[in-house]
Amino acid sequence: MSTPIEEAARRIAAQGESRPRLARDPVNQAMINNWVEAMGDANPRYAPGEDTVAPPAMIQAWTMPGLHGQRAGDDPLGAMMSILDDAGYTSVVATNSEQNYHRYLRPGEHVSATNRLESVAGPKRTALGEGWFVTTRTTWYVGDEVVADMLFRVLKFRPGGGTTAAAEPAAVLRPVISKDTEFFWEGTRLGELRIQRWGDTLRHPPGPMPPDGDLDAKPGWVVARGTGTVYSYLVHHHPQVPGKRTPFVVALVELDEGVRVLGELLDASPDEVHIGLPVEAAFVRVDDELTLPAWKVRA
Amino acid sequence: MSITVGTELPPLTIEATPTFVISTALATRDFQDVHHDRDSAVARGSKDIFLNILTDTGLVQRFVTDWAGPEAFVRSIRIRLGVPCYAGDTLTFTGRVTACEGDDAEITVTATDSLGEHVTGTVRITLPGGGS
Repeated sequence: MSTPIEEAARRIAAQGESRPRLARDPVNQAMINNWVEAMGDANPRYAPGEDTVAPPAMIQAWTMPGLHGQRAGDDPLGAMMSILDDAGYTSVVATNSEQNYHRYLRPGEHVSATNRLESVAGPKRTALGEGWFVTTRTTWYVGDEVVADMLFRVLKFRPGGGTTAAAEPAAVLRPVISKDTEFFWEGTRLGELRIQRWGDTLRHPPGPMPPDGDLDAKPGWVVARGTGTVYSYLVHHHPQVPGKRTPFVVALVELDEGVRVLGELLDASPDEVHIGLPVEAAFVRVDDELTLPAWKVRA
Repeated sequence: MSITVGTELPPLTIEATPTFVISTALATRDFQDVHHDRDSAVARGSKDIFLNILTDTGLVQRFVTDWAGPEAFVRSIRIRLGVPCYAGDTLTFTGRVTACEGDDAEITVTATDSLGEHVTGTVRITLPGGGS
């Protein structure tokens, strides 16, 4: 099931690249001077002269909207921001910037920029409040030539709702990963729900020995389809759990393959959950090492 | 100059005075009020005005080219923001070379302030004749 915000994000992302928007001014020495003066950058390449180049990190400054600037009508970031504003996520903070410079620019060159929405992820609990991570890709051109590009991510959040304990990935209770279970966690990192297999028998949670106790047997695994139904569940109200906002639902799901797997049922109102509810696997990325398996209600 | 993996860059210290926060925000043409108007910044849940991300990218560039020299070609600057850098704080940049191939090098950079890690990132540069 997807939320209206996710629907809007898909629609805006599908529109692709915006029309190019020309910088207010061509690359010029006056703005370069202001910039290096403010930054304290004494690199002689930016000083006035025949071979002057603009600092590469200035690329974004050339096409900023300015003091009274309006976003273009087809700007995907603007469209996404107003949808999140309307949903109450009114504050914004930048979190990532990844700029690639294909060449340096010289005074007189006039850049234009296009924007495209890459992804919208959320809602996430963060130290600042609940919010959505919005990722865009900007490409800068001189004429038809691509001179730089950037991945830019902002957190659009509802201010004041945050608690530090609930936000830090480090605060999530981490599973103990052993030789017997590491294949499972490797799978979740790849978006696969892997189930231990002993011959024809599937077993979860995975263990060191097959059900018949054969000490010489070696396990394999299969990738589950990821669909199943709620076999049993509980609603957790108390105590507080690091990285979680209560109440939340934990469901024991019987997979179509026949084994039962435990996980949080995401975005579900406790009133809607019942035994037999069709669900599918979801994957909650905590950090590079850990992705937790979870469930969401099947549409 | 020759570059080898593990080389530490000389640290760079920046006093993030209100004047610094505001002049860099305006020099990058970022007119968001949280970078120049303390009352607005506080109303939006911040302690004070704070550095903008375009300035972080600029400072990371300066930190690396101060060390690598003007002939270095900066190919990419990738940063992730952690805690904010509020006016009145001091930023310290540290970095080391984490990869080298031919004339290309990758430098990993961290900038910390009194609240913790403000920026972490990597910069890729090409230094003609810089390979070890």
